[in-house]
Amino acid sequence: MLNAFMSYLGSTVPPGNADNQLWALIYVLIIFAGVSLAVVAMNWIERKALAHFQIRLGPMRVGPHGLLQPIADALKLMLKEDIIPAQADAVVFWVAPLIGLLAAFTVYTVIPFGPSQAVSDMNIGILFMLGVSSLGVLGIITAGWASNSHYPLIGALRSSAQMVSYEVAMGLAIVSALLMTSLNRTGTGTLSMIGIVEAQQQQGVWFIFKFFPLGLIAFVIFAIAMIAETNRAPFDLPEAESELTAGFHTEYSGLRWSLFMLGEYAAMIAVSSIAVTLWLGGWMRPFPNLLTGSAWDFIFSLFPGLTFAGLAAIAFIGTARMPAQAYFRIQRIGLAVFAALLGLIALLLLAIAVAGRTNDASIAGRFREGIDYVYWFVLKVAVFMYLFIWYRATWPRYRFDQLMRVGWKVMLPISLGVLILTAIVGVLIS
Amino acid sequence: MPSNYVPAFLFIAVVGILIPLTLVVARVIRTQSPNRTKLMPYECGIDPYDNARGRYTVRYYIIAILFVVFDVETIFLFPWAVKFKALGVFGLIEMLVFLAILIVGYVWVWKKGALEWV
Repeated sequence: MLNAFMSYLGSTVPPGNADNQLWALIYVLIIFAGVSLAVVAMNWIERKALAHFQIRLGPMRVGPHGLLQPIADALKLMLKEDIIPAQADAVVFWVAPLIGLLAAFTVYTVIPFGPSQAVSDMNIGILFMLGVSSLGVLGIITAGWASNSHYPLIGALRSSAQMVSYEVAMGLAIVSALLMTSLNRTGTGTLSMIGIVEAQQQQGVWFIFKFFPLGLIAFVIFAIAMIAETNRAPFDLPEAESELTAGFHTEYSGLRWSLFMLGEYAAMIAVSSIAVTLWLGGWMRPFPNLLTGSAWDFIFSLFPGLTFAGLAAIAFIGTARMPAQAYFRIQRIGLAVFAALLGLIALLLLAIAVAGRTNDASIAGRFREGIDYVYWFVLKVAVFMYLFIWYRATWPRYRFDQLMRVGWKVMLPISLGVLILTAIVGVLIS
Repeated sequence: MPSNYVPAFLFIAVVGILIPLTLVVARVIRTQSPNRTKLMPYECGIDPYDNARGRYTVRYYIIAILFVVFDVETIFLFPWAVKFKALGVFGLIEMLVFLAILIVGYVWVWKKGALEWV
């Protein structure tokens, strides 16, 4: 076992490809924990950001600036009674959230956080991702059917119709990005997620800027379709609370309900990662071909540390600005400890960046590289997650017939047109 | 099975074990006292007068059928996209013919009003 553990160190391929299932399991656990943590953090950020959009404060009571609110919520949900309605199909009711979660999480197998920082690199990566993520609709429709209640059933039907409609446009947008991967010397593209990012590296351009504005239009189509796929505002008709109470999960309560939330946010992170991989250069830092040389490498590798230093500074300022009353003492101490923790992480990252600046082959150098890749990938995904919140705060909800009209009469023709134009331009220039 | 597909099953196993485990743990520590009113379907407090799994609008079926048509079309485009430059002009024309047939169908469906949601 130790042998299997040690033998992967220093390898430059994902553990799945190195046939080292022990490390694959470690990566799986890291990603599972990381995504769950990101969902918890996202819960807090979303409530806080939405509140500030509406000139409110949001959660403020549980912990400093409501930082412990997600934990309090999780505890509350754990202790809440979990009801299975008498007329519901108990087995299907039990299994439904699991299906949704499995679909949302299994996608992460192929998501490349770096050239070797992925669980596995499949040669059919993007197809695998499309197939598995569209299984999520099964979870929703089984949940709606099993509840045996009107609101969940209508919510589930709407949700499946919506996901299915936008998947067509999504698939066509993906194909037009895949076209671009084949524009190299061999003339053969790739479906592998890592291969797609490497194709962007070779061609020296993110696919969003390729054949401007064709790449951009395809990207926008995908960005719209992915909001509809994850049932987020302004396409959150399946859970339109003014019409359907809570849509397909009306009958779910307690921890089982929170599983749906976990699945939804995990799916949001997953589709954002796919958009980043296909159009925004995946793990690459900005201008990897323009600003070359070890000096630029060093400057860009300082970013992770500086980000955490900035967060620590914000937390310290928050500590200093807290009212100096005895009532706030514990909160002040808590926030100061949190800030110190962020500062420590920042120092550690900066130390790794400095230690690994000279020798890429050394342990510190490999760590620095890995941190860089994951940092830029996560940063790009984080921008998308913020956009999800921003959309929700900005746009009113669509009506269902409008939603279907946009999906079938606007998105589909545009994505088809972009695909055909991309193909013609691609043939003309090659 | 190629070794790079095994991690997908590892992922399924991890999620499939940890999540039910959490549910079981929650079952042990939480209260459980159902009564008739709690177990009723959520219907704004009124007793439901019929089974929810009744009839619903046929348009959902139409959408599902259209989806199958267009999604299979997309799947056919994937291999062509991967070999796009190698196939060159010939591949492009072939694919345009294929797409043209589908676009004719799409226009027909549009004119028939299957895309309307009234």
